[in-house]
Amino acid sequence: MTARPALDALANPILPAFGPADVDGNVVVSIGPSHPATHGTIQMIAALDGERVKRVDVHCGYLHRGFEKECEAHTWHNLIPFVDRLNYCSPLINDFAYCEAVEKLMGVEMTPRTKYLRTLLSEYSRLCDHLTCIAASLMELGAMTPFLYLVMVRDYMYEHIAALTGARVTHSYGRIGGLARDLPAGWLTRLSEILTQYEEFVGRVHGLMDRNRIFIDRMRDVGVISTADAIDLGITGPILRSTGSPRDLRKDTPYLAYAELDFDVPVGIKGDNYDRYYVRMREMDESVYMIRQLMEMLPEGPINVDDRRCTFPEKTLVYTEIESLINHFKLVMDGPAVPAGEVYFAHEAPNGELGFYLVSDGSGTPYKVHVRSPSFVHMGGVARMLEGYQLADIIPTFGSVNMIGGECDR
Amino acid sequence: MATVPTTIPIYPAAKAGHTSFEYLTSKKDELVGWARKFSLFPYPFVTACCAMEFMAVSSTPYDTDRFGAALPRFSPRQSDLLMVVGTVTHKQAPILLKVYEQMCEPKWVMAFGACATSGGFYQNYAAVAGIDKIIPVDIYVPGCPPRPETVIDAIMQLQARIAGDRHPILTDKF
Amino acid sequence: MTHEATLPTPLPPTLEIPAAELLATARALKAQGRFDMLLDVTAVDWPGRSLRFDVVWHFYSTVTFARVRVKTRVAESDPAVDSLLPLYGSALFMERECHEMYGIDFRGHPDLRPILLYEGFVGHPLRKDYPIRLEQPLVPYRK
Repeated sequence: MTARPALDALANPILPAFGPADVDGNVVVSIGPSHPATHGTIQMIAALDGERVKRVDVHCGYLHRGFEKECEAHTWHNLIPFVDRLNYCSPLINDFAYCEAVEKLMGVEMTPRTKYLRTLLSEYSRLCDHLTCIAASLMELGAMTPFLYLVMVRDYMYEHIAALTGARVTHSYGRIGGLARDLPAGWLTRLSEILTQYEEFVGRVHGLMDRNRIFIDRMRDVGVISTADAIDLGITGPILRSTGSPRDLRKDTPYLAYAELDFDVPVGIKGDNYDRYYVRMREMDESVYMIRQLMEMLPEGPINVDDRRCTFPEKTLVYTEIESLINHFKLVMDGPAVPAGEVYFAHEAPNGELGFYLVSDGSGTPYKVHVRSPSFVHMGGVARMLEGYQLADIIPTFGSVNMIGGECDR
Repeated sequence: MATVPTTIPIYPAAKAGHTSFEYLTSKKDELVGWARKFSLFPYPFVTACCAMEFMAVSSTPYDTDRFGAALPRFSPRQSDLLMVVGTVTHKQAPILLKVYEQMCEPKWVMAFGACATSGGFYQNYAAVAGIDKIIPVDIYVPGCPPRPETVIDAIMQLQARIAGDRHPILTDKF
Repeated sequence: MTHEATLPTPLPPTLEIPAAELLATARALKAQGRFDMLLDVTAVDWPGRSLRFDVVWHFYSTVTFARVRVKTRVAESDPAVDSLLPLYGSALFMERECHEMYGIDFRGHPDLRPILLYEGFVGHPLRKDYPIRLEQPLVPYRK
């Protein structure tokens, strides 16, 4: 083994905005990037006056995996696993947002069954994401029981989705033009069972947390942000809704099957941590309500649009006809030929507006893919929610912002 | 594929004249190995998507507490199993090395997931293609992300290895 | 200068403007078009062209739910545009990312440190001439 490196000689990957000399004798503390309670790798350099945070400098990028550069080197189909790993708590929403953006650029319209199934699975994925966010932020406050309850329900959902997609976490289930496979037998029955179990466990978490004196003291009036500030900072999603502004892409500019569903958009009153927690809890209930409506509405039919530009032909045809063989070969090797142009399309992800800006030069490989990730934009705004509060408030505020590293750093 | 060893020869062919000492050290090693393997304190160096499966493997129904490896210690001084969960990028690499160097012996490293093992499918300018380029790794867990059962299998294999290792505590020989 | 440009009506989905008009157009979008949210700042690299980079902004109105894309072209020799930070706070991090990935200079941005990349990284990775596998390790490899 090589000689042990001196720890002082290790390069510092960041340049902090301020150092001990700039902050009038306040203590400068580096929180992260390997920290038990930050969700993922974030470094916050905080100047503290006793317990009060005077100034904070947020550094992300410790999980920058070069997603956008990889996009330029793979075909449109090959990117679906990469896209999954952006917001890895709700991978199906990323899949469907990306696939729908490519479909818009290609001019392909999805089949009715796919439209409803994608809506159902988006809401299911939203449940998984909110469960993870709330479970983790409650655990960081010290409430271990809700964490175990919610992670157990989430585990049932993971196993259930694995029965459909093949993977528990990063599913890669969306396809350009449809979905990978149809629902297996008995899937919807199990879904109703899981939703009933969810309601029982979430009821217990409500009972434990909602009127808990300690919880209210720690979360009420902490991490407050106003609507005007939030809009100026580009904040969308549950954080904006917690300030009182009912902006939700599913209601304002409906996509997929949301126009036909009956649901409310929960809003908060003060824009603090408690409101963000409660908005997420209520959004989960609304998602369950939407899933139940969608289970009734699901039409029969094919899930992949019958368009040879993006959908693989039947395997029996591939093995017998030369045209299907060549079609299959071209789709796999070159990728679907997306006409030259650009599109920006956004879905309402659990964190906010997740947008894909795609630029195509007519070939099967993208020219550019840019992800408008809500977590990255929120990182620009989180300093506003942290300054002026105490050191111990950094963790719950940061947890309620739900920064997902894969999405923030891409 | 290697099977999980049940009895591991601790020393090669015995040297003449040292039998009782070796018996003593082998018994001591078994005892210390048993204690160390069932009281692993992981440092979950969590970065990316594998965190979801790490959370799942720590809770019901896959519980790592059954194996003694549940209590995370977020200080490198207090932990002995560094679980590198998720992709390590070049920006994160100095932090990983610093944490590893700050841990005291004996320590083990688990590369949790495809990205920690080999870089996964992120073969580009940003990600380190496998953390064994930076720190030595004891057990590699494949999967993207690995199923919780895979992680538990890895912990058990690591425990079998710890059980069979030499554990010098006072001097180099004992 | 609080000069506001006049916007074409009806507003097309993409507005292509010269780089000098950027702040004026953004002020007009914010005031007349009620586009109160800057969603995204990014750039596209067309190496063959004389004006190599396309800088692209996406705006959204939380009042009218309208969207608009604003594009401008800059040359490789002077890839500079004005920063929208005086008008939109969300430009803070997004312009930093665009700067480090493409090398676009945002005049007026107080803090163009690398955000996703690290200190000491040389080059702009999302440019087409940056090889995808060119790693710049901070920690020397073992063995």
